[in-house]
Amino acid sequence: MAVQDLLRQRFFPHMWCPGCGHGTVLNSLLRAVLELGLSKNEIVMTSGIGCSARISGYVDFHSLHTLHGRALAFATGVKLSKPELTLLVPMGDGDALAIGGNHFIHAARRNIDITAIVMNNRIYGMTGGQFSPLSGIGVKATTAPYSTIDNNFDVVELATAAGATFVARSTTYHARECTELIKKAILHKGFSVVEILSQCPTHFGRKNREGDAGQMLENYKKITAKRGSKALEENPGLIGRGIFVEKEKPEYCQEYEKTIALAMKGAGR
Amino acid sequence: MAKKVLKQLIINRDWCKGCGICVKFCPRQVLELDGKDKSVCMRPEACICCMMCELRCPDLAIEIIIGQGGQEEDE
Repeated sequence: MAVQDLLRQRFFPHMWCPGCGHGTVLNSLLRAVLELGLSKNEIVMTSGIGCSARISGYVDFHSLHTLHGRALAFATGVKLSKPELTLLVPMGDGDALAIGGNHFIHAARRNIDITAIVMNNRIYGMTGGQFSPLSGIGVKATTAPYSTIDNNFDVVELATAAGATFVARSTTYHARECTELIKKAILHKGFSVVEILSQCPTHFGRKNREGDAGQMLENYKKITAKRGSKALEENPGLIGRGIFVEKEKPEYCQEYEKTIALAMKGAGR
Repeated sequence: MAKKVLKQLIINRDWCKGCGICVKFCPRQVLELDGKDKSVCMRPEACICCMMCELRCPDLAIEIIIGQGGQEEDE
């Protein structure tokens, strides 16, 4: 089986701009599914609104294209009713942490077995390049022509603090690493978050003079370093890549099963 | 280890949007953009089958088929 067999090919070529990192995220994600040998029928992908959310239309899995920011809420419902299914929830940075910020922290707190992938391009691409909570200070956007003054969330720190039991980060330049991290995230029992830095050459790149898609990818190579590497130790300003959190904690659906068993004890007597 | 040999480098021209990522990061300059801004395989003999063009392609338009080259056994 090839990656193309996991696609709804009738919708291709996809609607993402030339050089959009979201296509690479889709590519890495499908390879992870392929390498794990998961069946299409076992996977449910839910997504919200935005460029990134269009991903659920392109995959030949069960898919739900839902409300803005509510992908995790829908995924929670699906997972609770059918815990045997694998839930994949790719979200954009705004979708996950602005509009869906509350759902994000509470899904992490519950430690429900869902794999959340944050496709972080640091901008709202579909609506014309407004800044997002992940843009950070000093970024130019349609809504910040004199550059932003807002601090950004750190997805890794936020997810860790909220209680996610698997947290990792990579970039679209490191496609192979992305696949490995997504594989581990899917296999992890509990709430997993993988942040993938993804280039938006159309809006973010153009406004911030970061060049074309190739140059933006080159930049990811320069500004990131693997966790535990010497480069990161010597330059704390670099963004760390790799697995930040991997721990065992009771999973929500399993705990809920126990509650049901407890409540049913003595029923029918 | 047996050397990987490229059997075929398939580029789906209908899906390729000509972003040039594959061209820029190919370590052996195997690929080029043609007059219509689509990626084409110009030097298949130089390909080392690192697969990075296929893995990074945002349009999922590249497929590399690796052939059998020499011995298969690892030393």
